[in-house]
Amino acid sequence: MSAATNGVNGKGKLLEVNDLKMHFPITKGIVFQRQVGAIKAVDGVSFDLYSGETLGLVGESGCGKSTTGRAILQLYRPTDGQVVFEGKDLVQTKGEELRRMRRRMQMIFQDPYASLNPRMTVGSIVGEPLDVHGIGSSRKERQERVQELLKIVGLNPYFVNRYPHEFSGGQRQRIGVARALAVNPSFIVADEPISALDVSIQAQVINLMEDLQEELGLTYLFIAHDLSVVRHISDRIAVMYLGKIVELADRDELYRNPMHPYTQALLSAVPIPDPKIENQRKRIILEGDVPSPANPPKGCNFCTRCPRVMDICREQEPTFKDYGDGHYAACFLHE
Amino acid sequence: MTTATTQIRLGAEAPKKTRTLWQNAARHILRDKLTLAALLVLGLMTLLCVLGPPVVENVLELDVNRTSIPDKFLAPGAAGHILGTDHLGRDQLIRLLYGGRVSLAIAYSASVMTILIGVALGLIAGYYGGRVDDLITWVVTTLSSVPTLFLLLIAAAFWTPSAELLIVILALLGWVGTCRLVRGEVLSLKEQEYIAAAQAVGVPNFRLLVHHILPNVLPIVIVTMTIIAGNLILVESGLSFLGVGVQAPTPSWGNMLTDSRSYFNIGTHLVIWPGVLIMVTVLCFYLVGDGLRDALDPRSSWRLAE
Repeated sequence: MSAATNGVNGKGKLLEVNDLKMHFPITKGIVFQRQVGAIKAVDGVSFDLYSGETLGLVGESGCGKSTTGRAILQLYRPTDGQVVFEGKDLVQTKGEELRRMRRRMQMIFQDPYASLNPRMTVGSIVGEPLDVHGIGSSRKERQERVQELLKIVGLNPYFVNRYPHEFSGGQRQRIGVARALAVNPSFIVADEPISALDVSIQAQVINLMEDLQEELGLTYLFIAHDLSVVRHISDRIAVMYLGKIVELADRDELYRNPMHPYTQALLSAVPIPDPKIENQRKRIILEGDVPSPANPPKGCNFCTRCPRVMDICREQEPTFKDYGDGHYAACFLHE
Repeated sequence: MTTATTQIRLGAEAPKKTRTLWQNAARHILRDKLTLAALLVLGLMTLLCVLGPPVVENVLELDVNRTSIPDKFLAPGAAGHILGTDHLGRDQLIRLLYGGRVSLAIAYSASVMTILIGVALGLIAGYYGGRVDDLITWVVTTLSSVPTLFLLLIAAAFWTPSAELLIVILALLGWVGTCRLVRGEVLSLKEQEYIAAAQAVGVPNFRLLVHHILPNVLPIVIVTMTIIAGNLILVESGLSFLGVGVQAPTPSWGNMLTDSRSYFNIGTHLVIWPGVLIMVTVLCFYLVGDGLRDALDPRSSWRLAE
């Protein structure tokens, strides 16, 4: 199912991100603080998300994947740009109105140990969204809903009165999923939901997420750095580098025909489980380090490490364009 | 995987009984003998000082302010004076009880006031940040550069230092430490993922502060409060020594100790009793604080249970 057919099939656009920027100020001085610069964690990200699909967001550590996810959910207030969710620009939404919008969008966090309050029981963690949004008419009804949610994520409903520390990482992540599902959201940002888990548990959580998507019609923004996992779960994949999306395409198209040199380098790093092919495989090894997001290079962000860099790359910024069939890329090689 | 959505039949067994944080803490303390003992000693001491004086006055026919020079420096066990008398012939037992009232009142009231002000402002400063934080931090920094001792000396020059005045001054100057501590805790808690998770769920600010942040700073606050209470008893005796504490004839453990230091060789019991009471009380406060810290941590409640 390609992105284009997604739209054509009558599946509506759920989320539209336009030129999203999240700059964190760098300040100096103790009493009189002045801004001396900004960490451009996310610097002009645009993409659409269609109902029921999974968009994978990949990139190396520190490229702004998580920040993008959090800025979309307004956990960080973006510096600039639009996040249109179900027809409403979240960046312009504030206070009580934004709080009510949270019923529709949720997040699954990376660290199942840090994302559950150690002083709350599982019941109150999963039940809190019901409480604060006034879902369910009575306490008893809410308790029943909590037990039902625990069952949905494959936990024993009698765990309600236990504390998070009594659970394993995988179980804790299921609690996190149950909390996200409590309000019946349509959209979930999954911020590296499995990278903190054992490999044996990763598949369980991925399968759970897929089952839930099928049953509840969820839309995921799946943030990860594990390319094989992303390939497995995503319909479309966006590749980020230093605060920008450099390429976005249908999953199979991206793996078959990566256009951006960074994507090519990333994909060349995925090992192939066949020694003969593996031996002949050519890896593209990138030189140097990622530049600081406080001081990104002039021109294309990737020009300092690109194996196929041209003069124009150091002068101008490439535009993020559709090269046909929903395959977007930002690279002068193809312009 | 299909097990993830398999329906599990409800109602077969009941869920584990709900226990709140406080019920867990109570169970924990019941097993922690040292803390329990310290708590009992403190409770008993408080009870005796609050309810004891009228009873003792009636039974032994004493008056806390009655002096009788012929009866001065009576040793403990003398007729009618179980713990002996001081340099003015006043009964030591009843003075210790009244003195305990004053000393404990200072310890309890000033520490509670300190904590209430400090926690409230620390939470606000740490959580809301920005201008509010700047203002509170500025007040904290300014207040902590006020030399407490000299302020008390000046206050003593204007008003007769009473227990009430001491409580107010000590609380108004003492909250800055708690405020700074709580602010720091909140700043680090705020960055925890579960706070972001609560925000993502749509928990309103006030509820977030009360349900998520406060319970996580509470243990450290309670430990601080007991240590502050212990310290206040020491501060009160220190101030008495400088003459700016509670003034005679109102007894406090601090001024009783100060008064008796000149008669150490004649009336040893006059030094030992208030001294021991101060030491035991302060120690008990510290022990209770230590025990509560363990008791209020849900991760330690099962450690003892195993």
